[in-house]
Amino acid sequence: MAEGSKDQGGVGTTDPEEDSPNMIVYRKIEDIVTRIQDEKAGGVAIRTVKSFLSKIPSVVSGADIVQWLMKNLSIEDPAEAIHLGSLIAAHGYIFPISDHVLTLKDDGTLYRFQSPYFWPSNCWEPENTDYAIYLCKRTMQNKARLELADYEAENLARLQRAFARKWEFIFMQAEAQVKIDRKKDKAERKILDSQERAFWDVHRPVPGCVNTTEMDIRKCRRERNPHRVKKSVYGVPDDGQSQPSPIHISSQPTRKPTKEDVQKEITFLNVQLDRHCMKVSKVADSLMSYTEQFVEYDPFVSATEPSNPWISWRGRVGISRDPSQQRVKKWSFSLEEALKDPAGRDQFLKFLESEFSSENLRFWLAVQDLKRRPLQEVASRAQEIWQEFLAEGAPSSINLDSHSYERTSQNLKDPGRYSYEDAQEHIFKLMKSDSYARFLRSNIYQDLLLARKKVSLLYSNTIVYFYTRQILYFPLHYISYSALVILQIRINHEVILEIKQPGRIYNVVKISPNFTRCNISNAYTLMHHTI
Amino acid sequence: MCDQTFLAATFGPCDSCGKASPLMNIYIKNDAINYCSFCMEVMACQGLQSGETLASLKKESDSLKKKLEEERGKLNDIELHQVAEKVEMLGALSIKTKRLLKGHGNKVLCMDWCKDKRRLVSSSQDGKVIVWDAFTLNKEHGVTLPCTWVMACAYAPSGCAVACGGLDNKCSVFPLSLDKNENLSAKKKAVAMHTNYVSGCTFTNSDMQLLTSSGDGTCALWDVESGQLLQSFHGHTADVLSLDLAPSETGNTFVSGGSDKKANVWDMRSGQNIQSFESHESDINCVKYYPSGDAFASASDDSTCRFYDLRADREVAVYQKDSVIFGASTVDFSLSGRLLFAGYNDYTINVWDVLKGTRVSVLFGHENRVSRVRVSPDGTALCSASWDNTLRIWA
Repeated sequence: MAEGSKDQGGVGTTDPEEDSPNMIVYRKIEDIVTRIQDEKAGGVAIRTVKSFLSKIPSVVSGADIVQWLMKNLSIEDPAEAIHLGSLIAAHGYIFPISDHVLTLKDDGTLYRFQSPYFWPSNCWEPENTDYAIYLCKRTMQNKARLELADYEAENLARLQRAFARKWEFIFMQAEAQVKIDRKKDKAERKILDSQERAFWDVHRPVPGCVNTTEMDIRKCRRERNPHRVKKSVYGVPDDGQSQPSPIHISSQPTRKPTKEDVQKEITFLNVQLDRHCMKVSKVADSLMSYTEQFVEYDPFVSATEPSNPWISWRGRVGISRDPSQQRVKKWSFSLEEALKDPAGRDQFLKFLESEFSSENLRFWLAVQDLKRRPLQEVASRAQEIWQEFLAEGAPSSINLDSHSYERTSQNLKDPGRYSYEDAQEHIFKLMKSDSYARFLRSNIYQDLLLARKKVSLLYSNTIVYFYTRQILYFPLHYISYSALVILQIRINHEVILEIKQPGRIYNVVKISPNFTRCNISNAYTLMHHTI
Repeated sequence: MCDQTFLAATFGPCDSCGKASPLMNIYIKNDAINYCSFCMEVMACQGLQSGETLASLKKESDSLKKKLEEERGKLNDIELHQVAEKVEMLGALSIKTKRLLKGHGNKVLCMDWCKDKRRLVSSSQDGKVIVWDAFTLNKEHGVTLPCTWVMACAYAPSGCAVACGGLDNKCSVFPLSLDKNENLSAKKKAVAMHTNYVSGCTFTNSDMQLLTSSGDGTCALWDVESGQLLQSFHGHTADVLSLDLAPSETGNTFVSGGSDKKANVWDMRSGQNIQSFESHESDINCVKYYPSGDAFASASDDSTCRFYDLRADREVAVYQKDSVIFGASTVDFSLSGRLLFAGYNDYTINVWDVLKGTRVSVLFGHENRVSRVRVSPDGTALCSASWDNTLRIWA
């Protein structure tokens, strides 16, 4: 096992911090950035661009980077490549040479690569003293390109107030840094200055920009070496006053597995070996058929009825008096689906009551309810269920095999939420094989499925708009009212049923010229056959 | 303790030290052990069984793992995406932001839909928990918790209460009252108590039981009314970051994912770990059951989402792309299970074809990490919560 870990990278042993989630992303970005810069291996050309009187060393155009990303990471949409490139910039690996805002543009804007010294994977967490030194340093040099932006000037003022006592020290450090910088070569300085600025753009971002150094607090605890992040950018010795960041609590060292742990693992593995598993081909078929069966109900994939309320600006209209045919069809997929839908449960119960055999379903529902009771009520409720369904001479006695009966009465000596699990499973199987099949063949179910007797309300907003004008044009021939609807027959032989509240048209049907009058229940039947 | 006087039925070389001496013949787990009395005492004192040491146990465990891998490998006769080649390709999806919920002052960390398909609850880093009517963008309730980083929130099935927890190591339940003037914080009831942050919570099928996952490596089932711990689930060796309840009405299982890269399936009644899956290369941030309950998906910091089937007891699909390099923080299935919505730390939501393994769409819009995505109970909309302080409804 030890051999395996040494295969990664060749240098040094595996650092525990390499596993941390941030590191994983940084390493991937670094791989990309290294490949982009490798001209020989298909990277972009990094060149010096002439501009006005000066030369701009070591730059790449945004468009080139976008092209490279699209080609080498199999990205089809340039928008995606720009998004990824902007994220790489936001994390501080590339930066525009003349902007504080770290995004990638797909044009001639010039970008530079960050020096590995400043890479986020070095776990920088620069202090405000360093930032103060940096801003101070910028003001000391008389270069237009180093002028502070507004937000930077504000930051500097704030820091001056905060570090009033230390300011002399900070000033001295800044002067020392300026002296060091002066000794460097001009072109080199340009590059280093820009990289330094990009570094601070990541750690002290422009107001309104995302601070990519923010971490998910759940992952913070795992930084094993809090001291590593405390090194100063400008070599300012730690004066010991800075406290370790509160989130960097040394996490408890992972417990070494004890003999008991390993024994438990062995028992677990033995159970797994005994388990009967299915082949992937079978499982795949099952997943596919489940998805196929339900895909027509999935609003993201198919157009479902009623129309998606989030898309049409009008909210949900009306209440379904009866569940839609599509919904009723779902009940035939399995007993579970039927019981999942409250309407399905109700209809099944109604059917069983008509057959005087509802005790099974009522028992099942009672046990479901038992599992949802607060702890205090569980014991008494369990007893009630026993009295109602299982005791000698119970009013709704259910048919349990002697084995389950024995088990259940044993369980009830110490009643709990799961005392009836066995019995419930048995009854479920019974219902599935017997009454459920009959339910699906019953009139109650078939009527709903074929929407024979009752009509479900449609979401008819569009009909209002279409027919309103026509109603205005065609005079009324016959009108009749009931509590809920108005029936109109227009001379163009349209029968219109209008719902009184909220004043919407329910449906319109064209009929034969022989119809001059009809009552409302006939109209329902009419509507229905033509739907 | 030392008993040198015993009835020796045999005399011969000791199984342990090899010296010829009177042997004690005993049976441990149906294995005949013939040790001399000295070795027997040594064994009894060290509490070992059949002379096992930690190292030999580990060896046994490793060999069992290998055997298990082999056995499972035999069932891997075809890949899911190969079988799915005969399934129709999905048409181009047109999913756009339909609502933008602004109001949180800080990163939104979690959200949950109400069963009425229009209300939702969301929680954020500054301790605020808000209940919204997503249709009208109305904020119906707002509570401020005394702690920051409220990482978990859940709506009760009845719609009458919400649960939330985070850095305070607790999960509290608030009843939602229709009276706007009532101070909800006063009615707070602390139900779950962990020894580290609460990373996830969900009500089981009723308002009366709450299931929580925590940074202390455990999950726990609580009775809401009394606050009593009904069952605890031990087995993860690091923080548990997420959990999801099986969708079945009669189901008593749930799946959890943690920083130990494992996804475990648990039996709520006994507290036992039924199945375990370890194929991710980094923390598992989120787990979610497939609608039929036979499979589940996971999102991880290794920038992949994976699909595991419980009946085959293995990973059956990996959803990854070269251009997706940031960690995935959250996943959810569409109603039929054909689509997998995954939120990432690169501010996007990728929509994957579960069966074919390809990416169908990318949703741009958020300006910071996506912390949570959830499909509404009727499957008509997707809600996403983000570190950019907003929630978006997509349809």
